[in-house]
Amino acid sequence: MVELTLPKGSQPTKGRTHKAPAGAKNIRTFQVYRYNPDEEANPSIDTYEVDLDGCGPMVLDALIKIKNEMDATLTFRRSCREGICGSCAMNIDGTNTLACTKGIDEVKGAVKIYPLPYMDVVKDLVPDLTNFYAQHASIEPWLQTTSVEPEKEWMQSTGDREKLDGLYECILCACCSTSCPSYWWNGDRYLGPAVLLQAYRWLIDSRDEATGERLDNLEDPFRLYRCHTIMNCAKACPKGLNPAKAIAEIKKMMVERRV
Amino acid sequence: MADTPARTRPRSPHIGIYRPMLTMIMSIVHRITGGALYFGTLLLVWWLVAAATGPEAYATFLDVATSWIGRLVLLGYTWALIHHLLGGLKHFVWDMGKGFDLTTIEWLARLSVVGSVLLTGVVWILAYAMAGAL
Repeated sequence: MVELTLPKGSQPTKGRTHKAPAGAKNIRTFQVYRYNPDEEANPSIDTYEVDLDGCGPMVLDALIKIKNEMDATLTFRRSCREGICGSCAMNIDGTNTLACTKGIDEVKGAVKIYPLPYMDVVKDLVPDLTNFYAQHASIEPWLQTTSVEPEKEWMQSTGDREKLDGLYECILCACCSTSCPSYWWNGDRYLGPAVLLQAYRWLIDSRDEATGERLDNLEDPFRLYRCHTIMNCAKACPKGLNPAKAIAEIKKMMVERRV
Repeated sequence: MADTPARTRPRSPHIGIYRPMLTMIMSIVHRITGGALYFGTLLLVWWLVAAATGPEAYATFLDVATSWIGRLVLLGYTWALIHHLLGGLKHFVWDMGKGFDLTTIEWLARLSVVGSVLLTGVVWILAYAMAGAL
């Protein structure tokens, strides 16, 4: 359901301000969403004045510097710091992206950082992705075959392999799904761009033999057809992939198998 | 304290903090104009019913429709119709799996704005010209 405002208890209040150390010359302001499940208080927006001298160039570098030097309670996910693990997905400067590949210099003014939108917040910048992963599992993202197993690997031509380009690179960071208003309002039933892109990745895999069943599973007013081509997904994807296009291809496959 | 019930988790901010983008706005405007067309169709029905009822009913319709507020509503209806039409064509292109790259979607969004305003202007200028009011 469309719900434009946040429920009671979710509205962020103005939080604490952490001043830069005296003598800092290259100060940048970071406004970061905070939520502590061990306290009764609403979430808040804390302000950190970060000395960019001695800080790496990416937003993740600043978050790590804050955690190391200013406020050890700040909680966020991160791992690879090079855009391949998808852990540090968050909303920076109004759009979803990876903190590790977003340059601080790409943002004008204060750097505003929120968790991925319309998610249950576990703590600070850590959203609960349980539903997202369950949806991914629901499309059975593995090779399914009925033919006799080959002695070695399942073969694929170069041309068929190329069909997976622009799909296999998805790191499941959830930037796209949580940028999608359709997913915000119907995330319980609509699979969302990331999972549908993954679904398409198996639908067009020449080695997969469950295409019909996969399409049957998606033929649903909500699971697939809540996509209204709003295009936030393609604009958000930090890997430059285009989930909207993949979804359009699935819709085409739905039509093509009927005619 | 593993068995202490966890308090309800807050929902992270969404529409209030997401950067407004033309593509996204055009999508919601497509919805809104679609809804407005229902209202516009009612006006159309009124026009036809009035014409079928007789000269008095038709005169009442004309009084309202040609008043400044009536014209304003009709102008809005024309724009909504054309914007929704262009949006429909855009979706037609997308349904064929074309026009998804980031540059194209930006141009399509701009085209919906500029195109709908221009075409509305053209329709109204033609209407006034045909009525001999120009």
